[in-house]
This record gives sequence, C-alpha cells and structure tokens, in this order.
Amino acid sequence: MSLLELKNVTRRFGDFTAVDNVSLNIEAGEFFTLLGPSGCGKTTILRMIAGFDLPDAGQILLDGKDLADTPPEQRPVRTVFQSYALFPHMTVAQNISFPLKMARIPGKEAAKMLHETLELVHLADKADAYPHELSGGQKQRVALARGLVNRPRVLLLDEPLGALDAKLREEMQVDLINLQKEVGVTFVFVTHAQVEALALSHRIAVMRDGRVEQVDEPSRLYGSPQTRFVADFIGHINMLEAQVLEPAHGQFRLGVSGLGEIMTQPLHGVAVGSKGTFAIRPEQVRIGVHGEIQELKNHFPGTVRHFLYRGDVTVYKVSLANGAVIEALLPNSAPGRAELFRVGDAVNVGWRHDAGVFLHE
Amino acid sequence: MTVSGAGHRGFWLWATSLGVYAFLYVPLLIVVVYSFNDSRLNAEWVGFTWHWYDVLLHDEDMLAAVGNSLFIATVSSLIATVLGTMAGIAMHRYGVKALTFMALTPVAMPEILLGVSLLLFFIQVINLTLGLVSIIIAHITFSIGFVAVIVRARLAGIDESIFEAARDLGASPWETFRHVTFPLILPGVVAGGLMAFTLSIDDFVITFFTAGVGVSTLPLRVYSMIKIAVTPEVNAVSTLLMLLTLTMIVLASKFSPDVLRGKT
Ligand SMILES: Nc1ncnc2c1ncn2[C@@H]1O[C@H](COP(=O)(O)OP(=O)(O)OP(=O)(O)O)[C@@H](O)[C@H]1O
Ligand SMILES: [Mg+2]
Repeated sequence: MSLLELKNVTRRFGDFTAVDNVSLNIEAGEFFTLLGPSGCGKTTILRMIAGFDLPDAGQILLDGKDLADTPPEQRPVRTVFQSYALFPHMTVAQNISFPLKMARIPGKEAAKMLHETLELVHLADKADAYPHELSGGQKQRVALARGLVNRPRVLLLDEPLGALDAKLREEMQVDLINLQKEVGVTFVFVTHAQVEALALSHRIAVMRDGRVEQVDEPSRLYGSPQTRFVADFIGHINMLEAQVLEPAHGQFRLGVSGLGEIMTQPLHGVAVGSKGTFAIRPEQVRIGVHGEIQELKNHFPGTVRHFLYRGDVTVYKVSLANGAVIEALLPNSAPGRAELFRVGDAVNVGWRHDAGVFLHE
Repeated sequence: MTVSGAGHRGFWLWATSLGVYAFLYVPLLIVVVYSFNDSRLNAEWVGFTWHWYDVLLHDEDMLAAVGNSLFIATVSSLIATVLGTMAGIAMHRYGVKALTFMALTPVAMPEILLGVSLLLFFIQVINLTLGLVSIIIAHITFSIGFVAVIVRARLAGIDESIFEAARDLGASPWETFRHVTFPLILPGVVAGGLMAFTLSIDDFVITFFTAGVGVSTLPLRVYSMIKIAVTPEVNAVSTLLMLLTLTMIVLASKFSPDVLRGKT
C-alpha cells in the first residue's frame, strides 16, 4: 500500500476545473515532484493534501485512511510555503519549536529535537535571530526545519526555491536531496522548473491543465516521454510530424515530413499508417562532415543555419535538404574549440536507429 | 545643489506650513500659558502661579467629574477594544463590505446625530435611565469602529499563509489565535484601545445627550463652568486634559505607527 494515495481527485472553482480526476500513489520515503506550468493545479493539490482545501470529488488517503474529516492540524503532513510563512514575532528557535509546543512534547525532549534540527539545517548560530534578520536561504532552512522537526509522514514543498537566486538555488538543491535522505520523510515537491524536478526527484508527475500527463522517473520521463506535451515541457527536443510506414527487419520505418524515411526502435501497439510525432533530443543528433555519420542508420545532408554558443555546449540549427530544421548539440569538451562549424557549412546529421521516440496521437 | 527656484518654493512651503501649525497650536498654547497666570482674568500676563491647579484639586464637583470621565473612559475603551477587535477580525476574515460599512458609519456620522439617536433609543426603545451606563454604552458605540479599523489594517498587512502555517504545524484555531494572530495584532489592539480611551475622555456632544441629569463628566463640567465665566481654572483643567490626550496619542502611535500615518 502506498503511503499517500490520491484517488480521482477533482477540485472545481466555479465552473473552472483546477484539478481534474487526478490519481497518484506516493510511496514512503519518496522524493515525489509535481511538475507543470503555472496554473496547472499544483498548489491546489498540495492544499488539499495539507487540508486547507477539500476535493469536490475523489479521496485522499494516508496509510489507507481517508483524510476528508481530518483538519490540517491533525494531519501528519507539514507544508513549506513559498513565502516561508515564518512567524515574525518568534525567534528561529521559537519558530522551529512551535510544532513541538503544539504537540505538547515535554521540555527536555523538545529541547533535544530542536537542537538536532538546528544542527541538521546548519542554523545553530542563528537560534536567537528573528526572521527579519535572516537571508533568503536562511529563512528557507528555518521553514524546512520547522516542517521537519517532529518528523511528519509527508513534507509538502511549494516552490520552496522560487525566491532564491540561481547560485543559492543550486546549493539548496543539493542540501534538499541530502536532507531528504537523512530524515527519510516523504517529500512532495512542487515546481515549474523542469531542471530542478529532474535533479531532485525519484519520480515526477507532469501536469497540464489540472490533469496528470505522465508519472515516471526523471530519466524515463526525459528519455521516453509519452506525450508531445511532456516531450516539449522537459528539456529541448526536435519534433516532426511522422507516420508509421511498416515494420522492417524488426525495426520500424517512419515517414517523417521534411525529412523522408527513418528507422526507429520497435513500437508496440502502433498500427501501420498511424500518425504522430517523431521526437529526438538535440544531444542525440550527431553532426559532422565526414563518413562517420554515414555509418548511422539515419543520416541526412544539410546546411548550418544558426548556432548558439552556450559555453559548455554549442547548439547548431541545421536545415536539411527536404526542408526540416533539426537542432544538434555538441559539447565543447576540447579546449579552445567552441566553433566547429560556421553558418553556411555543409554538414551531415544523423542518429542511431534507437534514438528518438514516436509519439502516437 | 538646489536650483534657486526650488529654493524659493521650499521657503514658501515652509512658511505656509508654519502658518498652518501656528493656527492650530497658538490657541492651545495660550490656554496653557494662562493656566499659570496669577490673575482672575485671561487678559494680561501678571505673573507665574500654581494657584489655579490648587483650586482645581479642591473643587469637589470637578474632581467628581474627572472621576466619572476616567471611569467611563476605562470601561468603555476596554469593552470597545474587545468588541472592536472581534469586529476587525471578522471584517478581515469575511471581507464583507457591509460589515466594514456598518462599523465605520458611527465614525463618520455627525456626532449630534449619533447623540440624538442614542438618546431616543435609550429613552423610547429600551427605557434606560440616563446616567453612567447610558454614557458608557454610547461611548462604546462610537469607539468600536476606530478599534476595528486599526485592527483590520494590522491584519491586512500580515501574510495570510502565516495563519495557515500555524494550523499546518499543529495549532487548533484557538491556539492559532492565541500564539500567532493575537500577538501579531496586539499593537493594533493597544493603539485602538488608547484611541478609544482618548475619544471617550474628550467627548462632549454625545455625552451631553446621553448623560441625563446628575452625572457630569470633565468636558460637561468645563462647559458648565465657562457658561458662568472663563476662569483660569478652566485653563488649568484644559491643560491637564490636553496633556492626557497627547500622551495617549503618542502611546498609540508608538504601538502602531500606521495609525498616525493615516494608513488605516
Ligand atoms: N481559491 C481559488 N478560487 C478560484 N480559482 C482558484 C483558486 N485557487 C486556485 N484557482 C485557480 O486554479 C488554477 C490552479 O491554481 P494553482 O494555484 O493550483 O496553480 P499552480 O499550478 O500552483 O500554479 P503556479 O505555478 O503559478 O503556482 C488557477 O487557474 C487558479 O486561478
Ligand atoms: Mg502554485
């Protein structure tokens, strides 16, 4: 049995459906992420799990028990708010001790738990500071500590890194992973930043307009997206209209508009003639001038149209003879050589037959 | 450096505001100065004396009036603070326009109207004998709005998720109020209470209508004294009243700086 279970949860505001028949199973000890664009219903789901809002239909179960009649203060669930929501009239120590006080944990034990938690988030020297005396990252850690101090079953985090600058964000990501491992509490994390979701999560649910599109591990979500939306939302991807021609030699032949025929990995349950999208990541597309590309199953001649130097990598936009434009990504690993091709260069692009996915419509 | 034009404009601005402040404060200052004047008349400066304050302290009627005023102000401001705080929280929580409107109406209504309607209400509707009780009820009526507005302004400045965080961390609605909401609005509550006290001590019109015979308050007593003659004893009592009011306002602004900045 999963620790936290959402069964066909729906929430409407007026005639607008913010959460539409969502079912999720979140396991104990998991770092689970809700990922999706702004307004897709992520916060609404968290608020229903925390108990600030109730589903119009469906159930939320914790350890198999329906939470519908349990008020927020009695759910073993804590929230880290995007605004941190620290109590401005209490010191760091008082903020973190608040849930202990509410749970009526005796003084000695509470002091020990407070101390351990302060150590856990490296805030021992700030125990007597007030929230307005802290930096953004420190406030963030107080909010985390306050949520974790009496070890809830689930910690909900609503875009907790949203207000931090890029550098601190990366640091906090590492801290979050370690923290979650250390305390073993189930995290339900909300973000619209796909990089963050990929870096942190055990599993990710990609959401769109109140519905869950796909739930998977980061690498599978990135490597085998199941819908155009997921493919497009996570990372960069080339997408071309395609049609299944026929299975050949245990491989599939696709007709791709602006490209021609390509070979792809076997697809199951897809009939000949079905239409869809062929999607391939820029880093899976090889680019070169010589023979090595021609040895790949799929290869096409083209001309470099643009390139975008990004420091670690350079992205080339290549227009192919039949009209398609493909992005290829080349790492700049050799020192001093960032610009392998120039605009107007004739090149070959190609990819292995098992690279890329066909997304059935 | 300042352009000379701007300098001129600065000068006129200064001069005008100086004029306005003089207009406001010179009469008050004269009252204070003449309370120390060693003469029966408020006409010319004769010499310094504490005499009028001494007279004041031996004026039985005056002392009774002061006692009444303090009692009325204390009781009415305490009750108004409790009710006004509840009203302010309700106004914030439910955001019902009508609530805000109803609490504010007594604040904006001409005092004479409020005085007359309260008088009619006490006599004709509930058949209450006019006296301390009726004055206290009247004062509560017009103070509640002030307290409510100040408390609501305080609440409006607080991030709503703080209250949710308290619930989330295990606090019941009552514990949330006790440990989070109340401490955060306390400055507003205290400021509101001090305002209510000041308003009560100073009130003349509404008290005049609702006092009936027999009970007198400080402002009523001063009024009846000047009907006979303005002696420096009136100056002395006015000076003390001014001092008390000022202290209250300064205290209120200390607790809730927004009150004086007109942010309510
Ligand atoms: N109390 C409410 N009343 C009316 N509509 C609401 C309410 N709460 C949320 N919504 C609507 O529901 C939709 C989902 O909101 P939600 O806050 O869950 O989005 P989100 O995925 O968290 O977005 P973001 O990334 O911007 O925080 C939005 O269109 C929002 O306008
Ligand atoms: Mg949100």
